[in-house]
Amino acid sequence: MSSIDVKNIAYLARIAMPPQELADTEQKLQQIFALIDHLQAQDTRNIEPMAHPLALAQRSLPDVVTESDQRDKFQALAPATELGCYLVPIVIE
Amino acid sequence: MPYKTLTDLKNALEQKSISSRELMTQALTRIETLNPKLNAFISVNAEMAFKAADKADQLRAQKNHAELPPLLGLPIAHKDLFCTDGIKTSCGSKMLDNFIAPYDATVVRKCAEAGLISLGKTNMDEFAMGSSTENSYYGPTRNPWNTDYVPGGSSGGSAAAVAAGLVPVSTGSDTGGSIRQPAALCGITGLKPSYGRISRYGMVAFASSLDQGGPFARSAEDIAWLMNAMAGFDPRDSTSLDVPVPDYTADLEKSIQGLRIGLPKEYFNHSLAPSMQKIIDEALKTLEKLGAQLVEISLPHSDLAISSYYVIAPAECSSNLSRYDGVRFGYRCENPQDLNDLYSRSRGEGFGAEVKRRILIGTYVLSAGYYDAYYLQAQKVRHLIKDDFDQAFRKVDVIAAPSTPTPAFKIGEKAADPVTMYQCDIYTLALNLAGLPGLSMPVGFIEGLPVGLQLMGNYLEESRILNMAHQYQKNTDWHLQHPKDL
Repeated sequence: MSSIDVKNIAYLARIAMPPQELADTEQKLQQIFALIDHLQAQDTRNIEPMAHPLALAQRSLPDVVTESDQRDKFQALAPATELGCYLVPIVIE
Repeated sequence: MPYKTLTDLKNALEQKSISSRELMTQALTRIETLNPKLNAFISVNAEMAFKAADKADQLRAQKNHAELPPLLGLPIAHKDLFCTDGIKTSCGSKMLDNFIAPYDATVVRKCAEAGLISLGKTNMDEFAMGSSTENSYYGPTRNPWNTDYVPGGSSGGSAAAVAAGLVPVSTGSDTGGSIRQPAALCGITGLKPSYGRISRYGMVAFASSLDQGGPFARSAEDIAWLMNAMAGFDPRDSTSLDVPVPDYTADLEKSIQGLRIGLPKEYFNHSLAPSMQKIIDEALKTLEKLGAQLVEISLPHSDLAISSYYVIAPAECSSNLSRYDGVRFGYRCENPQDLNDLYSRSRGEGFGAEVKRRILIGTYVLSAGYYDAYYLQAQKVRHLIKDDFDQAFRKVDVIAAPSTPTPAFKIGEKAADPVTMYQCDIYTLALNLAGLPGLSMPVGFIEGLPVGLQLMGNYLEESRILNMAHQYQKNTDWHLQHPKDL
């Protein structure tokens, strides 16, 4: 992983990092990837990937309303709301 | 009273030799005295606890035992990642420092329905990412056996609270060892149940295919009582198992004569110090004396568990933690210039270093060009690890191993080196990848610090490992030891 990679990944992950933090993170990620890269040596031809410990099918639910409207309660947690909407900086002028 | 088991306290309440209010008063006084030293709790709810205790005492005065919830009026503490209606759920993070959940997690609701009274929320590594509870926004928790040492993590506050006798039981979550490792380092008993056994609804998500809530207690018997309260199907969790829940106390007294214990050769030759080996061997000899047979087995892909885990868990973490964007809840940065600045600075300022590292690893391994080499490869290796356990459980009933490679380490000793920290969970990660249940129980000490033995079971066979642990604890007294200078 080069420094450009870390900067790009931080952008993709939407995490702002000052240059010093970026450098420290890059050094630690290099060490972590040295550990992870151990995986590459294993032959996994004909092995199915396992996404989940249970072979479960998603349950279907009846198509009926089961939850009540709790918008005000949920929006009480928000940093900024107005008229039932979440406020963010202007996106389109 | 502080080091009594839940079962002892339950009997005392039933015999009316103590009231629930008296229990709460004693526990809260102890928390007030010791929490400044240990930092096991992030928040304490004295007022609500007393209210619930008075209600429990009234109920007990009016009805027979048989009509009452089984754990009525007994204290518990919840790891601060279980949502609690009206009480802060911080997940150990600045990101959620102002978050008061609008609902209770199913685990919290079920514990309350069983009669347990929550005294507060316990400290943890931020978003359950860590093995020492040093990654908390609220400062590290200290090990009650020696406060210069870590209690393990990520559920370190819950483990320390039980070990210090602040509460008889607590809840935790285990994604890669976060119940078993702190249970071992704090000298108590902790169980990671089978994946799907306990609802994850309202448990703040870290890695959804690995996360599982579970109990800490002073004994396997107490764990069985907690499992009776916590386990069961929940339609609100799409991965919750819709199968009957046994009475986990029913098999505790069974003989373990003839049960086969598998000893994976890969776990007993891998960086295990001779002092650890000696204690584990003694514990195994005790189990052998009780009638169990020791059988060498192999889990051939064990050495790949750590690298597979550190691809899969961060991948799921990067996806789960994308919800923290400073818009609907949680931390928001000051004066965002635009929407991207709002997202990036809220996340950059709201998350701690370890959480950010894991989000970045996850983002990288899921990105185009790296997905096959890392994420898909890790999932294939996960399959191999699961197959190893399937093969092993054809030959044995339980698998035993150390819970950790060493006893507790000093605060700050490993904090600067994430790879060394990740090695703390070398014996616990594989079980999460396979979705199986595992328990850690105390089996000895090295220089005054506890050592844990891990008992792993086949899928949904919690009763069998609780039976084995209970039989061990009936014949030994390691689980009755407690710190002397608190």
